[in-house]
Amino acid sequence: MDWSWDFVAQIMPALTQGLLVTVEITLVSSVVALVLGLLFALAKMSPVGSVRRVAIIATEGIRRTPLLVQLYFLFYVLPDLGILLSPFTAGVIGLGLHYATYTSEVYRAGINNVPVGQWEAARACNLTTRQTWTEIILPQAIPPMIPPLGNYVIAMFKETPILSAITVMDLMGEALAQANFNYRYLEPITLVAAGFLLVSLISAAIIKLLENHLNLRAA
Amino acid sequence: MQNLDATIGYGRFILSGALATVELTIFSCALALLMAFLAGLALLSRSYSIRAVARIYVEFFRGTSIFVQLFAAYFVLPLVGISLTPVQAGVLAIGLNGGAYGSEVVRAGIQAVGRDQTEASIALNLTRWQAMWWVILPQAVVVMLPSFGNLAIEIMKATAVASLVTVSELTFQAQMVRSQTGETAIPFLLILVTYLVIASVLTALVRLLERRFSRGTAGA
Repeated sequence: MDWSWDFVAQIMPALTQGLLVTVEITLVSSVVALVLGLLFALAKMSPVGSVRRVAIIATEGIRRTPLLVQLYFLFYVLPDLGILLSPFTAGVIGLGLHYATYTSEVYRAGINNVPVGQWEAARACNLTTRQTWTEIILPQAIPPMIPPLGNYVIAMFKETPILSAITVMDLMGEALAQANFNYRYLEPITLVAAGFLLVSLISAAIIKLLENHLNLRAA
Repeated sequence: MQNLDATIGYGRFILSGALATVELTIFSCALALLMAFLAGLALLSRSYSIRAVARIYVEFFRGTSIFVQLFAAYFVLPLVGISLTPVQAGVLAIGLNGGAYGSEVVRAGIQAVGRDQTEASIALNLTRWQAMWWVILPQAVVVMLPSFGNLAIEIMKATAVASLVTVSELTFQAQMVRSQTGETAIPFLLILVTYLVIASVLTALVRLLERRFSRGTAGA
């Protein structure tokens, strides 16, 4: 085992380029997961029984099958049906859709955790549905949702390397390309691991701070 | 009819990968369970150094992605003299990763058991290990089971990634069929359904365990 700093310097530009793509994917698919998750949550709490059932079957089906297979499905099967997606788009849709099923549970739990008394009091005070949501329910439901949603954003960041399997040139994709080209695996993969560890630890610390801050405000 | 024959032919080929997927899931779950209890108990240890080692293990494996760990196990470990077969590398990476997540479940489960239980064990003159084994753990396991069920599904899903280090499980077989016949829809639909079936069996199994372990406790 011989670590070569020259090789590190040589692959650094490619890895930085890959890191940018990774961050970009994380941001875009986070937005997809947060928005779609809310839609899923609303569908799962819908007063219409059939909507509720379809939403539960769809989200459970997505949750219980591997992300990699879903990505292959988007990337290899959809073109046969005439829908051609770029690797980046397929990756963002796949990752966002997969994590939307997780975030939908956070939304649902957050809304269900608001005590029934709050709904009843809002009705007793003769508030409209809109007022009840914006003035009473959401201000209480949203703060406890933030830490788990943040954790899912970190989880998505850590899942992005899987996108290299559908030829997205993210951090892992660039690292594997460099490794295969030079036939040196030690430096690229170690650097990727170190990079992920660094970003995860920092973001976990930020979420912890946020959590403490929210707890202080609630107390 | 030749088309149908071909479909059945490669369908069989793909399903032969289900065995590898199940095998990989079982071994990884076993390793993850072992590591979860070792690290989970270590996180609650009285010794600072044991706690520190466990914390480093947990943060390292939760902080880097399973994908990177798998590639490190398969491509980097041979460079330090440890050569693993693809299946061994898969079980090692997935098991250690699952164990890191599981250790937090074990820690939280043990801490969820009331303090009075520990105090009662001390009053009855039980040793620390007796108290843990006979009093705390039986109650803590009930709390841990639902989370372990979710973890088992996460581990099952992670086995798909092992196809990228040439373990011939479901996803790998489907990719083989795709590259050789150009068929896409049927192979991938077939493995999606198979994964769903495996996940449902896992969920049912955990439900069964939950019922078995909650027997005799309050609320059951």
